[in-house]
Amino acid sequence: VSVEVAGMGRAKAGGPLKLAVPRGALLEETLDALDAAGIDTAEVRGESRSLIFEGEGITLVTMRPSDVPTYVEAGAADIGITGKDVLLEQADRMVYELLDLGFGRCRMVLAGRKGDERLGEAERRLGMMRIATKYPRVAERYFEQTGRQVEVIEVKGSVELAPLVGLADGIVDLVATGRTLDENDLEVREEIVVCTARFVANRVAHKLRAAEVDELTAKLREGIAG
Amino acid sequence: MIHPIPPGTRDVLPDEMRELRRLHLALIEVFEGRGYGEVATPAIEYDEVLARGSGRTADSAYRFFDERGDLLALRSDMTIPIARLVASRYANAEPPLRLCYLANAYRAVRPQRGQMREFAQAGVELIGMPAPQGTAEVVEVLEAALDASGLTRAVIGLGDADLFRQLLAELGVEGEARDSILERLAMHDLVGLEAELSEVKGISAEQCATCVALSQLRGGSEVLEQARALGGAAVERATARIQETFEALEARGAAERVRIDLGLLRDLGYYSGAILEVYDPALGHILGGGGRYDGLLKRFGVDLPAAGFALYMERVHVAQMEEEARKEEDS
Repeated sequence: VSVEVAGMGRAKAGGPLKLAVPRGALLEETLDALDAAGIDTAEVRGESRSLIFEGEGITLVTMRPSDVPTYVEAGAADIGITGKDVLLEQADRMVYELLDLGFGRCRMVLAGRKGDERLGEAERRLGMMRIATKYPRVAERYFEQTGRQVEVIEVKGSVELAPLVGLADGIVDLVATGRTLDENDLEVREEIVVCTARFVANRVAHKLRAAEVDELTAKLREGIAG
Repeated sequence: MIHPIPPGTRDVLPDEMRELRRLHLALIEVFEGRGYGEVATPAIEYDEVLARGSGRTADSAYRFFDERGDLLALRSDMTIPIARLVASRYANAEPPLRLCYLANAYRAVRPQRGQMREFAQAGVELIGMPAPQGTAEVVEVLEAALDASGLTRAVIGLGDADLFRQLLAELGVEGEARDSILERLAMHDLVGLEAELSEVKGISAEQCATCVALSQLRGGSEVLEQARALGGAAVERATARIQETFEALEARGAAERVRIDLGLLRDLGYYSGAILEVYDPALGHILGGGGRYDGLLKRFGVDLPAAGFALYMERVHVAQMEEEARKEEDS
């Protein structure tokens, strides 16, 4: 009588709600959204190098966006904010996705070199495209769903490099303005999905701290509407 | 020299084993004390027998051929083997039957997730006693088991497996759309749920909002009122079932740590009616779950209502350790 595989994960609960805050591109707008929801973020905005900021009734824990699902799934953070791109790539993480916060809007795209037919040629003559990406699972799923064969090459750094030096025929990556692509002589060929920031919750915190989680969800929702 | 064992399996050494054994004995004592006799079944069964219970073959992660070419499978839980056992060994027994177990089950793991391939479950099956009394008795035993484990802060979520199935049927949603909506609900992906619902033709914005709002209702008996206010025959039936169970629990003085949760949706195919999940504030994962599966025994040729629960022993042990540490801090 059970649903999921028993993991050994554990995390201490109790005390103020712990909210995982993404550092990097989403940070500013995340803090703005929290301010609008009545959470004091002045300390996080300051010069401090701390990772944990204890506020009134809530503790802000800062981390890489891609770590947010890990912390929230284990209950080390009760709730969190991260990009849909991260959630898609880590779709096997059991976190509740409660709200689309609307900001941090990016497109996940397939891009290739401008005026270069290598993508199409590779598919036609070799039956297979080589795609470099930081999102191997999103890429694999996308090409599978569109019935194409690819060799997905996972890279950690600047993906734009890969097609320029011949590591790959194209890339799957997140694009905000498209400037980086443009500067590297790349162009969007297909749009895969639009990604925005999402508010997520640990499933036990969602049950045991329902009132607090619901209240914050409502405030964040008001903030988006307003 | 280090000789590896498969990921998701582990050895248990004496210090841990002593604590686990104490926990095991405490739980079995609770179960036996309430008339639940302990049974054991083989870890390997015929694949087609297990598949009969789950209604699909995907539940067992490990299958292999024996020397005669028969397809065997490692069990993924104890509920289906016990349904098989009851049908074979107790077909003519006078219900209700009360059985309990403490056994290993086997699931597939995803790499690098710290998940277990082999894990211990302790639980009970109450066969032949319908809702609401059967459900209430199972919850009562579960509460006693949590107390015996030292998890006095643990909370039990009570939901209804048929609520959204019936609600979607009422709204005329079927086929692929229905399945993907139920999947969103089970994952609690509210953003995706709204998107899926808004794509279904013939569903108004209001009905869409109702579905989302229903899945977020959790708390005391007041949420049943809130649910009814959202309307519909399916909601009416589900809330009536939950209320009956909740009242039966109140009559037994066992409702205090039960939270009604209309968003609860377990993805095992055999549930019908009441479903349960167990949480402890010391742990970010669920400790166990259960519910009613009134149609399961019928698949094995014995038409009896049934209910039960299972606790993940490794997690109960972790929570127990955290709770002990907390009590020491407090004192």
